Formats: sequence, C-alpha cells, structure tokens
Amino acid sequence: MTFKNSLKTAIKGLRVNKSRSALTILGIVIGITSIILIMSLGKGAQELILNQVRGLGSATIIIEPGRESQGPSAFSSLFTDSLKDREVEALKNPSNVPGLEELSPMVVLSAPVSFETEVHTFMVLGAASLIAEIVDVYPETGQFFTDEQVQQLASVAVIGSEVKNKLFGPSDALNQNIKIKSKVFKVIGISPKKGQVGMLDVDNSIIIPYSTAQKYLSGMNYYHEIIVKAKSEEVVPETVQDIKTTLRELHNITDPSKDDFQVATQEDIAQRVGTVTSVLTIFLSAIAAISLVVGGIGIMNIMLVSVTERTREIGLRKALGATTKNILTQFLLESVILTLLGGVIGIILGISYSFIASLILSRVIGSNWQFTVSLQAILLGLGVSGFVGLVFGLYPARAASQKSPIEALRYE
Amino acid sequence: MPLIEIKNLEKTYNEGETETRALCGVSFDVKEGEFVAVMGPSGSGKSTLLHILGFLDRQTKGNYLFDGKELNEYTDNEAAKVRNEKMGFVFQSFNLLPRTSVLENVKLPLLYSSTPQSKWASMAKKAIEQVGLSHRLNHLTSQLSGGERQRVAIARALINEPKIIFADEPTGNLDSKSGSAVMEIVEKLNDQGHTIILITHETYTAQYAQRIITLMDGEIENDRKVEKRRKGKDEFVK
Repeated sequence: MTFKNSLKTAIKGLRVNKSRSALTILGIVIGITSIILIMSLGKGAQELILNQVRGLGSATIIIEPGRESQGPSAFSSLFTDSLKDREVEALKNPSNVPGLEELSPMVVLSAPVSFETEVHTFMVLGAASLIAEIVDVYPETGQFFTDEQVQQLASVAVIGSEVKNKLFGPSDALNQNIKIKSKVFKVIGISPKKGQVGMLDVDNSIIIPYSTAQKYLSGMNYYHEIIVKAKSEEVVPETVQDIKTTLRELHNITDPSKDDFQVATQEDIAQRVGTVTSVLTIFLSAIAAISLVVGGIGIMNIMLVSVTERTREIGLRKALGATTKNILTQFLLESVILTLLGGVIGIILGISYSFIASLILSRVIGSNWQFTVSLQAILLGLGVSGFVGLVFGLYPARAASQKSPIEALRYE
Repeated sequence: MPLIEIKNLEKTYNEGETETRALCGVSFDVKEGEFVAVMGPSGSGKSTLLHILGFLDRQTKGNYLFDGKELNEYTDNEAAKVRNEKMGFVFQSFNLLPRTSVLENVKLPLLYSSTPQSKWASMAKKAIEQVGLSHRLNHLTSQLSGGERQRVAIARALINEPKIIFADEPTGNLDSKSGSAVMEIVEKLNDQGHTIILITHETYTAQYAQRIITLMDGEIENDRKVEKRRKGKDEFVK
C-alpha cells in the first residue's frame, strides 16, 4: 500500500466525523496558539530592549559601583560609594586608560521640580556634556551645557520633551527658571522626543551638570555610574581591561572576585537582556506546552473511542488483505493529520493575535514595538504538533492494528 | 491436487477455565471449481471452519493445506496477502464501509494489493457490472437495498479475481427474492470457474451447491452430492 493511499484513507476516515475531529484538535489549537503568541511577544520585547541598549553606541562602557550580584542573598549594593572624583581623575589619565576618549560621571536622583505653580517629580541626571552625544539628546531648541559650565557648577538644565509639556504646556520654556528641590536652574535646552535609551526615559528626565547635582542636590561625594566612551569599538576590550586594572590598583584589590565595581560594555548589557527575555519566553512556553499535553491526551482518548467504534471496519480491512502495519499506519496518520491541522490553525491564530497585540502594545507603550514572528516558532509549532500526534496516536493505532479479524468482524 | 485439503482439523477455544471444542477432527478436500455448502445448526462449528479456511484464524491441531501449502507455514503478512489475492469474502451483514460510494467500497481490496492504481477504476467497474449494479456506481451504500448491498459485497469479493470465494450466510439478512438474486450471482461465479464455499443453515440455499457437508457438534455428520441442484432459472430471473 502506497503512502499516498494510506494518507487518502486516513483523511477519509477523519472526514466521516468532521465535528468530532474539529473538537478533538481544539486543545492542540489552543496550545500552539499560545506558544506562537508567547514566542512572538518575547521576541518583540527582546528586540525593543536590545534596540534601546544598542542606542548607547558600541563604544560605550559603563562602570557601576558595587559588587556583582552573587545570587539573591548577596548585597550588590555593597560598596556603592566606590566611585568618586579620585577614580574619575585616575581613569582620565591617558597613561592608565589609553583607549578612553571621554567620560561622564553620573548622578541619578529623583526630585520634585516646579515652575510657577506646576510641581512634578522627575528623574534628574547629573552628567558631563558627553552624555548629549551618547544618548543623542542635542536639544532642538536651545543648547546643551558645556564642560566649562560643568566646571563652574552652573545651574543650567536641559529638559526632556515630556518635562516641558508637563511644566510649561504650550508656552515657551527656554531661559525660564525652574526649581529642582529648592535650587533654581535655568532651562537652556529642550531635548527632542526620544523614548527609551538604555534604561533611561529621556523624555521624562532633566539633565544638569554632574558637579551641580552632586553639590546642591544629592549632597554625596560619590557617583552612581561612570559612562566611558572608548576611542573606537576595536579598543573596547582592552579599555575595559585597563579600567579594571586602574581601579583595582587604586583600591588595592588583588583578587578580581573582590572588585568593588563592575564594568559592562553595551554588548554585555545586550547579552544580559537577551538571556533574561529568553529564559522568560522559554518558561512561559513551557506553561503553554502543558495545554499541548492535555490536547494530546484528548486526541488519544478520541482515537481510542474511534478504534472501538470502527472495530468492524478494521476486521473487514484485515479480511480483505490489510496487514497489521497497514492498519497501524492508517490510524497513526489519522492522529498526526489531526494534530498537524490543529498546529496549522494554531500558527495562523497565534500570528494573528501577535499582530493585534503588537498594534496594541505599540500604541500603549508609545514606542516602536516590532511585530516579529520567527520561522523557528512556526517550525517548532508544526514539529511539536506533529510529534504530539505521533506520541498520543501510537497507543490507539497499536490497539487497532492488534485486533484479530474474526473478533473484529463479530463485534456488534 | 485439491485446492483445499484438511485433515483432522481441531479448534479449541480457551475462555478462562472452560475449554470449548469447536472442531473435533474434521477432514475433507475441496477441488478447484467446486461449489460446496457447509450446513449445520448454530454452534456446530461451521463459522469456525470458515474462519480457518479463510486464513482469518488458525487451527489448534491437524493440517490445512491451501494450494498445497500448510496454513501454519504462512506468516501473518503472507496470510494477509493470500486473503487479498486468492480469496474473496461475502458476509451475512455485508460489512460495507458506511458513507462511502459503491465504487470506493468495491475498490477496497485493491488498496492492499500490488495492482497498479491506473487499473483500479476499470477493474472495479467490471466487477460492479458482473453483479448488475452499474447504474448504482456512485451511490452511497446507505442508499441501497439489502440485496443491492450484498451484491456490492460480492463485487468487492470478485475484484481481485480470487481462486475461492467464501460466503458466510450471504442470504441470512435478505428477503427470499433478493436472496435468490444473490444466489444466482454466486452460481454464475461458480460457472465461471470460481471455487465457492457457502455457509448456510437453510437447506433451500444449500441446494445451489454441488455438494453439502453437514456439521454437527464439530464433526462431519454427512458429506453428500446434491442430486437435484437448484438452478437460478428454475425460479425466476431477477
């Protein structure tokens, strides 16, 4: 018996019970739909975050104070005051870190900001002028502060587009005075609408010189972060190494596991984000896979009923010359066709739902959420559904093929 | 060489503690082209005998040579091949596939044969013509009368040009008129050279055969030639 004829026979067998076949595959449809949806959304989220990270530029290196987290109980916040002016000066020395082009110490805090009667809380970033280049926030109106202004502890601020809207509404913000905490700052620039860059919501932030932030706002002598720009992408690895060596010498650290700082490149961060979203996607897909197991058991159940119902048919086929293998193939094909059909419907539904979800998400988040469906997800969906049919169809198909022709023909 | 040669055939069924002897030493030969009726009341072992003769079951003891080869020397797959190529079956309850056309039903044995697919349709049409159902080719079997269904089953048994046709109470579910029509076809097939083994409990139907073997409690009670064979034309035509 040719495979083509086995296939035809199996399809005929299924068409006799159309509505039952349709109900049987519901579990598979739901399972595959959720897996495709989860994989697509996971991929979309990953792309979104990675794009933000890549927005920092590939020559960017970030130094953070504190030890690398060793697990949930370890204090990653230990030694949070390890980056101060002394460290900044040492890093700036070209004989220590020759690959460093420029750096910006960062002071990050959240503070109430007021203009006339409007008061809102915003993220305030103390930075050097380098940050304008790295985050690409050169103001559309006005200008960014210069390094001289940083040295002079100037009270100037560049505000994000949302900050401008909330504080000033439609009226002009340039050269107006705002109050951060109780200190008066002059608005010298308004940055363009950017959305998220790195982990930073630029539109809802105010950028001021780090020196001013340290002295008047945070009141601390340490930095939350140092952003380094390497001379080129190629020198990033050795620059990272030089930074580590310099800081270790300065802090008298011989054992790298006792570092009181962390150095990460844009690539490191991208990788970390990738790992987190992948793990999350796999975890959620595994939950969705449970419905596939349930669906598979449903298929097995219905196929067993079908085998019992068709005992006479099986006996007849055997009497007319069907071998055990012929019967096994026919029933196995029936269940694989069922699950593959469920898989295809699930893939189509999953893609449609992902598309709708991506439309909603890009509206809600307001950023450019990409609709992505990977070929891998589709192939996985097909593979898994076919596999479920094979595994859960085997037992009923074996039961069918083992029937003795006389027992089967006698069955009423 | 006879087509069928059985010697001291025994069949015992074990159901738990009780042992049922369905056949206790049956011996006879059937020559090619013969028309044999096997009679006997229910429980006499005639169905068991048919199942063994038709390669659907195996004997417990004794010998069964089909075409000169012992049944127990055939593997299950070889037995399936013999059923497909050399035997045709007609059952009391027709055993047609429901919701399937006459043509598809008749083609069914070809599905398991090595006949090239290009010949299937013409072979099926020829077999259907032989039982006089050409006008019902594309009807579903559920739209046919009982007599017509049994004729479809005969066409299906014929399609592979089998050496032997086993008919198990073919008229059992039919009224006498359609029963006669079916028996006429069986008779015609025998005239064309097919060996026929007919199982029945009706003396009337058995009279179509050349020879009647009567079974009783698993043993042959009587094996006789039919003196006055019933012929289809004696009654009425169609």
